[in-house]
Amino acid sequence: MARRVAIVGTGQTYHKSHRLDVNGRELINEAVTRALADCELSIADIDAIIIGNMDHFESINYVDTWSVEGSGGYMKPIMKVTTGGTTGSSVAIAGYYHVASGLFDKVLAIGWEKNSESDTTAAIVTCSDPIWDRFSYSGAIPSLATEASAYMEQYGATQEDAARVAVRERTHALNNPYAQMYNRPITIKDVMESPMLAYPIKLLDVCPRTDGACAVVFAAEGVAEKIAVRPAWVKSCSVRHTTTWFGDVDYNTGMLSLKRASKEAFEKAGIKDPVEEIDVAELYLPYSYAGLKWIEAIGFCGPGEGPKFIWDGNTDMGGKLPINPSGGVMCTNCIGATALLRVAEAAIQIMGKGEARQVPDVTNAMATGFGGCWWSDVVILGKDKPN
Amino acid sequence: MGIDRKDTELLTVTFDKGMPYEWSIGKYGSRFFQEIKEHKRFLGTRCPKCGRVLVPPRRICGPCFQELDELVELSDTGTIMAFSVVNYPFIDPATGIQRPIPYTYGYINIDGSDNIFSHIINETDANKIKVGMKVRAVFKESQEMEGNIQDIKHFEIIR
Repeated sequence: MARRVAIVGTGQTYHKSHRLDVNGRELINEAVTRALADCELSIADIDAIIIGNMDHFESINYVDTWSVEGSGGYMKPIMKVTTGGTTGSSVAIAGYYHVASGLFDKVLAIGWEKNSESDTTAAIVTCSDPIWDRFSYSGAIPSLATEASAYMEQYGATQEDAARVAVRERTHALNNPYAQMYNRPITIKDVMESPMLAYPIKLLDVCPRTDGACAVVFAAEGVAEKIAVRPAWVKSCSVRHTTTWFGDVDYNTGMLSLKRASKEAFEKAGIKDPVEEIDVAELYLPYSYAGLKWIEAIGFCGPGEGPKFIWDGNTDMGGKLPINPSGGVMCTNCIGATALLRVAEAAIQIMGKGEARQVPDVTNAMATGFGGCWWSDVVILGKDKPN
Repeated sequence: MGIDRKDTELLTVTFDKGMPYEWSIGKYGSRFFQEIKEHKRFLGTRCPKCGRVLVPPRRICGPCFQELDELVELSDTGTIMAFSVVNYPFIDPATGIQRPIPYTYGYINIDGSDNIFSHIINETDANKIKVGMKVRAVFKESQEMEGNIQDIKHFEIIR
């Protein structure tokens, strides 16, 4: 039987588009140092390290080896985990697995990226099949755009509906000094008037490219309570992958991987009514339309009901179910860290350390990761120990 | 005197050299390109378990985890299932230079198949293209074909 595990500390960099003042290992070190300070541990207390990013964004392979100075991994067990967009949630889940296995008591999970070091879209294109897909594929935006156009066709959702999501993220980021888009509020008019990148996605509908890192400390039951006043307990994790081929995804059935992963994660966590029982969600929403469609896949509302759920203010701060108090992916996207930031921010909400972005009285928090050919990770954290 | 200088410019180092790779297309993929060259038609494989015809042809059906060995001849026409007009600049890793924009990325259900084939459509006016439109593949001349995805020049809308 798996041991109970909690997050006891988190750390992140102040995210920027370009951090020319640091190399990768120095950037990693900023997040690690802050995570250790947050839980008042030293690097000597850490039993193992999980680290991940997407090598091809910087074209420096084997981050597990070359980052040792920054990660604190000297003479420690280290594993690298890379799963595309879900890398951050994968390192978190791998950290959880390490501690839950009983083999390690305190594990540090790190995600990072310096997206300024290459053409992000060109690097993403190298994820696609070189024989069949790479010639026509143009990175994340058009495959999301195809999903968005199919969703609009199916349910009559509009570009303004999506813009409302983009506005929410930037409004929430006003409370998060770590966000790249901190203090950069926008209006629906701004979104609608921003340049069209790939119909129906405009510049302000989509995530930026970021230099940043995040680190999270996982600890076992019996240890965690001594480290943190209020540990964020891992209630469940779920991982689902779909297809090898972009063309095999059924864009009309919704986000199947997220639907399945959410269902399993809620069941494992004993959550029957997600809208009532989840107090805050940090979702990997790389573009605004995901804020409409993917919350339907999670089960926060029914198919086609995303726009109304958003316009009614349910997901705003002070709403029934605030989504992305941090500003989310559309305000900060250091890709290998992005999904770990979701987990870290969910933990921050449980631990009550959210300062201006804190949602009151959080018992359960949800985090998700999203990657490449439409795969999904879900993590549920809670104030109370899982059964 | 220390070595600290407040006016130090932050430098970067650039790498911009080519690095060749050689990827195996596989048995059925090779047949696919030969079929295009000889007959200007598509080829798929049928899964004996779920019955779906998949194109590009492949040896394994993911959901069924099943070996496929039945090749199925398909036509050169299909239906647009989704599309996007790409209008932002990026470096094409296949050429090392910026990919010409705008261009239309299309998800096409080839007639007789049960999944989607990704390619480009030669219509960049988003008002003139709709999900559900019929399209036909436009191929290179046979003698110009090189056994790769660009032997299909693009898909054109059948009006």
